[in-house]
Amino acid sequence: MTSREAILESIRTANATATTAAHPTPPEASPTYLHESTLTQEALLHLLTGRLIDYDARVLRTTAENLASTIAEALEARNARNVLIPPGIPSAWLPETIHFTEDNNQTPPELNTFDGVLTTATLAIAQTGTIVLQNAPGQGRRAVSLVPDYHLCLLRTSQVVETVPEAFALLAPTAHLPTTFISGPSATADIEMTRIKGVHGPRTLDVLLIETA
Amino acid sequence: MTQPLVRISHALDPVTAPPFPTAAATSLKDQQLRNNVRHATNVIQAKRARVVGEMPDWQALRTAGEAIRRRTMQRLDQYLEQFETNFTRAGGTVHWATNAAEARAIALSLLQAAGATEVIKIKSMTTEEIQLNPSLEAAGILTYETDLAELIIQLGCDQPSHIVVPALHKNRHQIREIFRREMNLPDIGDTPQALADAARTFLREKFLRVSAAVSGANFLIAETGSICIIESEGNGRMCLTLPDTLITIAGIDKVLPRFQDLEVMLQLVPRSATGERMNPYNSLWTGATPGDGPRNNHVILLDNGRSAMLADSESRQTLHCIRCGACQNACPVYRQTGGHAYGSVYAGPIGAILTPQLQQMHHAESLPYASSLCGACYEVCPVKINIPEVLIHLRNKIVQQNSPYAPEALAMKLMSHTFLSERRFRAAQRLGRFAMSPLARKDPHNQRWISWLPGLLGGWTQSRDLQPMPSQTFRDWFASRPNPSQGPT
Repeated sequence: MTSREAILESIRTANATATTAAHPTPPEASPTYLHESTLTQEALLHLLTGRLIDYDARVLRTTAENLASTIAEALEARNARNVLIPPGIPSAWLPETIHFTEDNNQTPPELNTFDGVLTTATLAIAQTGTIVLQNAPGQGRRAVSLVPDYHLCLLRTSQVVETVPEAFALLAPTAHLPTTFISGPSATADIEMTRIKGVHGPRTLDVLLIETA
Repeated sequence: MTQPLVRISHALDPVTAPPFPTAAATSLKDQQLRNNVRHATNVIQAKRARVVGEMPDWQALRTAGEAIRRRTMQRLDQYLEQFETNFTRAGGTVHWATNAAEARAIALSLLQAAGATEVIKIKSMTTEEIQLNPSLEAAGILTYETDLAELIIQLGCDQPSHIVVPALHKNRHQIREIFRREMNLPDIGDTPQALADAARTFLREKFLRVSAAVSGANFLIAETGSICIIESEGNGRMCLTLPDTLITIAGIDKVLPRFQDLEVMLQLVPRSATGERMNPYNSLWTGATPGDGPRNNHVILLDNGRSAMLADSESRQTLHCIRCGACQNACPVYRQTGGHAYGSVYAGPIGAILTPQLQQMHHAESLPYASSLCGACYEVCPVKINIPEVLIHLRNKIVQQNSPYAPEALAMKLMSHTFLSERRFRAAQRLGRFAMSPLARKDPHNQRWISWLPGLLGGWTQSRDLQPMPSQTFRDWFASRPNPSQGPT
């Protein structure tokens, strides 16, 4: 018997032995935890902004018309001159004052030479201050938003949901893509449970909210 | 700088560990350890209480979490097969290991096939359980722990004492000393920021260079064949994305049936574990994705005593655990002794029920008694594992599997015999009063106390005094009243 068969057989035998009558499995009724948001758009953005700031991210707001100039300001404020972008970022967004390099499967040491990275996101969760990135145009492979020390993330205001279940409903069709939930910059609480910003991931995270009608 | 990092240290092995009372007696004398554990667990409990209090639907989430875990265990075989099918279809490879030795052998052969001489590791209690690092080191493969706490443990030749924050028993000054010595940084400061920066510099070179990684898993999703890793520092993301080869070692209990189930777990775990609304990073991947992350993705599904645990109707809920550590932070016993006294990588209340069962009740028999049954663990458990109920159930099992002639069993039989007859009960009272009287001493308030009892009974007086039986029992007094019809005056 292979180990696979042995384990599966052992599970089946054990499950047949146990009497689960004392602890019946609850019927698969629709769960009673909260799903839908009840917030207005402005309250939603306010919540997201507060939660992002609470975990040391910075939040900027702009409009589609002013996008390139706001990106330039954000990158210059962080002294990011040599910036990585994944494929799929429209060139119209990119200010000419900054040097952008499109990801072309660079090696990890090459990724490590950039000052920062600019990406979009799939969605954001206001309640937890989370942005979600997937392997998609504008968001790139996972290493791109990880190795550079500074991450500027662009987010349309229409991409913001309030709760985690709302986010999962939107993510379900693309669940097979590599997906990263990011809540603030890299951090640790391993020393005396004190949250310290910045360990191995980007030590600085800015989120740029683009107003959409 | 590729000097070996793992040196000989005494692994936490329930087979060889001393009984809990013996180990705890040593821990209790370490005032520094007790201060560190108390401080850290106070901080984490306050943070948890704040972010749990924010959630209007917390109890509904706990109920949903419990239901998901219960359903998972009832069809665990089907969900594991479904995970295997979907992870394999997406370009990954699934291996099955019935025990620790088999899991170690599979991991080693995969690393050797990849030509790896070094491996970067994500914090994984499962790899601690199977003692993977020493076996890889023995085969000439260097292991680098990349989680800050695990790095502190590895550099300090120490052992993990908490399932979420393994170096919780060390304070910043002790960590500074370890880093100063092992990273050769004579001038390093002792602020947490300085220590984290040192770890970043020390490990970045390894992240960029080492081509193989070993991880654990927080969840395996049957429906999609995906793996989920919950972390804070980004060391996990480095290990998951930069190397060519990734080996994930996961207990068979880590499965969730559906993708949607994760929406419950990702609300329960961060708030319970670190008191955050969401931890900084959660990663999800499915098999291998061309151009994104490792080309060789392996999962080793580890049984190591888990499947047999399902046979017990009462204690099978132990497998519902999602490893948040909230029960450890809340436990008045753990908060005094720290984790090492439990002699297992799984310490605290969950360890007290998980460890003996993983050992098929052959070892760690003292652990179910390492509890006051106060219920704090049950109250904070995000998937409502009734730990006190399981503790009592396991105590019962231990008594039953011990000899019927064990002193405790004989004493209980004698007691039951005595209580069954009024005559024997009165005789026992007279005997007790007579036997106790030479042991009682008067205190300055003329109260009589017994501070020492002989033999087995001495356990009672080890940490408290006992009042002797009164010279007159209620029955004696009742019978001796002058006129029973008038009642007491």
